[in-house]
Amino acid sequence: MKKFEKLNSTVVPLPIENIDTDQIIPARFLKATTREGFGNNLFRDWRFDSNDQPKADFVMNDPTYQGKILVAGKNFGCGSSREHAAWAIQDYGFDVVVSSFFADIFKGNALNNGVLPITVPEDFLEKIFEKVFENPETAIEVDLENQTIKIAETGESYAFEINPYKKSCLINGYDDIDFILSHKAEIEAFEQNR
Amino acid sequence: MGKTLVEKIWDAHVVKRQEGFPDMLYIDTHLIHEVTSPQAFDGLRKRGLPVFRPQQTVATADHNVPTLNQHLPIQEELSRYQVDMLTKNCKEFGIELYGLGHPYQGIVHVIGPELGITLPGKTMVCGDSHTSTHGAFGAIAFGIGTSQVEQVFATQCLLQQKPKTMKIEVNGELGNGVGAKDIILYIISKISAAGGTGYFVEYAGSAIRSLSMEGRMTICNMSIEMGARGGLIAPDQTTFDYIEGREFAPKGEQWDQALAYWKTLYSDEDAVFDEVLTFDAADIQPMITYGTNPGMGIGITEEIPTTESQPENERPSYQKALDYMGFHDGEGVLGKPVDYVFIGSCTNSRIEDLRQVAAFVKGKQKADNVEVWIVPGSKQVEAQAKQEGIDKVFEEAGFMLREPGCSACLGMNEDKIPAGKYCVSTSNRNFEGRQGPNARTMLVSPLTAAAAAVTGKIVDVRELV
Repeated sequence: MKKFEKLNSTVVPLPIENIDTDQIIPARFLKATTREGFGNNLFRDWRFDSNDQPKADFVMNDPTYQGKILVAGKNFGCGSSREHAAWAIQDYGFDVVVSSFFADIFKGNALNNGVLPITVPEDFLEKIFEKVFENPETAIEVDLENQTIKIAETGESYAFEINPYKKSCLINGYDDIDFILSHKAEIEAFEQNR
Repeated sequence: MGKTLVEKIWDAHVVKRQEGFPDMLYIDTHLIHEVTSPQAFDGLRKRGLPVFRPQQTVATADHNVPTLNQHLPIQEELSRYQVDMLTKNCKEFGIELYGLGHPYQGIVHVIGPELGITLPGKTMVCGDSHTSTHGAFGAIAFGIGTSQVEQVFATQCLLQQKPKTMKIEVNGELGNGVGAKDIILYIISKISAAGGTGYFVEYAGSAIRSLSMEGRMTICNMSIEMGARGGLIAPDQTTFDYIEGREFAPKGEQWDQALAYWKTLYSDEDAVFDEVLTFDAADIQPMITYGTNPGMGIGITEEIPTTESQPENERPSYQKALDYMGFHDGEGVLGKPVDYVFIGSCTNSRIEDLRQVAAFVKGKQKADNVEVWIVPGSKQVEAQAKQEGIDKVFEEAGFMLREPGCSACLGMNEDKIPAGKYCVSTSNRNFEGRQGPNARTMLVSPLTAAAAAVTGKIVDVRELV
């Protein structure tokens, strides 16, 4: 898994609530049997019309807004367990997703792929949207070691939470299988003792 | 202090608990299907690992299979390849597969219970969010991503934070024409599509107790639609009667032992839940969704809430949803014309659902303006329906009984609703484009769907039963 430590980037703002995984990657694109290439179809039906032409009013088609951080409304990633959603976000080039609330399964899938989901309070999220729409060059600084997210221009920051184990996985690029396999004897003992 | 049911089952499956780490949770049964498994099998190959406990893994093909002419090769190339990959992977890694053509094939959450694979007290996972369905038997069952599918393949374990617990009680008697689907749509409309996030929900109360296993599965199935990781119901005589004699259920002495254990599976009286919600069954009428998430639901005689009644920062998303659906603030839904009716999905495709629909439509005709697709949850459900003559009832009414699969619930196969069309659906999600690009979904119970099929519009089924 890719390592993550720090990031300083402009952002793509998507102030919509309850963005579900069917929007992030529609089911008809789940027929691939590899993990690659899903970025092309990220937010497919919001990005492109039925003739595959980019929709001008969608933020990802607006060159004003670019960056490695996606900022979205609350309850991001609700719905299906498809990890393809996390793969699409990563493949498109996002390393961080910021929201005031994440759906459980999406959050786990993102962390398992080196994409950092950061939960911030509603008012901090509003501040980011406000600043970015005022000035699209607004940069956000993410520091995983110190668990902080900062609006560079104003210095306003928030100390986010992350499970210490998951944090060390991201920083070191480890995944859960490496960890669980190191405890195989205990799994077998558990099976014996049932 | 006593334990909740979730805590009892969870704690019995913890292989290792360590400060600062998620619990290492042992998984009894792993269900897999063609869409979320290929990358996990690839991962195993790259690491040079076998499937650790293949005999605790069961596979079927359901998500992208066609629901017509299943005896012929799958026409759509990518779908065929994905289903072929599942066959190849199961063979290579020694996993039992109930693939196309097998008498046990069907939607993964329909076949687990009907084969007696789903049992009280188990931990069960699948790369599908509706795995919560199996909680109806008093099991801890939840959906996982593909990286976790690979973890379970490799270790039969998952690293999981112990969830918070919520009890949702529904007491009293349901009105005529109101069923399990209406209960769960009602609860989600009250607590929102995110109201259960971070929780495992236990459903309780007299209205839940009175439901059949099929009804309980419908309730637990949609736990994920309120954001909950899973939902479960303490097993009782209804549960035991359903399981006894099924293909893989324990038999003889093993049955007696299992039953004794299952009878200990309930929340202790002094157990403390992190959250408790209580609803009155008498308040619930037939439900319908009008928006683009399952929390956007109303009683069928109610009006669509106004944009102004929504929190200010959520108004743009709310308005976007109404625009997508072609609906307006404050209008009612009764009498609105319907283009498609879909009766199927892991929420409502079991034999009881088909029986209920058949009993209602017997002697009636499908409305001319509607196309009706009925997709049984499994080959066993399909065979049972034919044995009972339900297929004939549908045929005479002008409905099409197709072959098993996930079908128009998510439109991965050919069963898509055309752009702009309204589909009254017994499935679980009304997201934008879920049933096909720009399709408009309204979630309802099988009975309300049947009423829409014969009238061609949204009607209050209580007036017809």
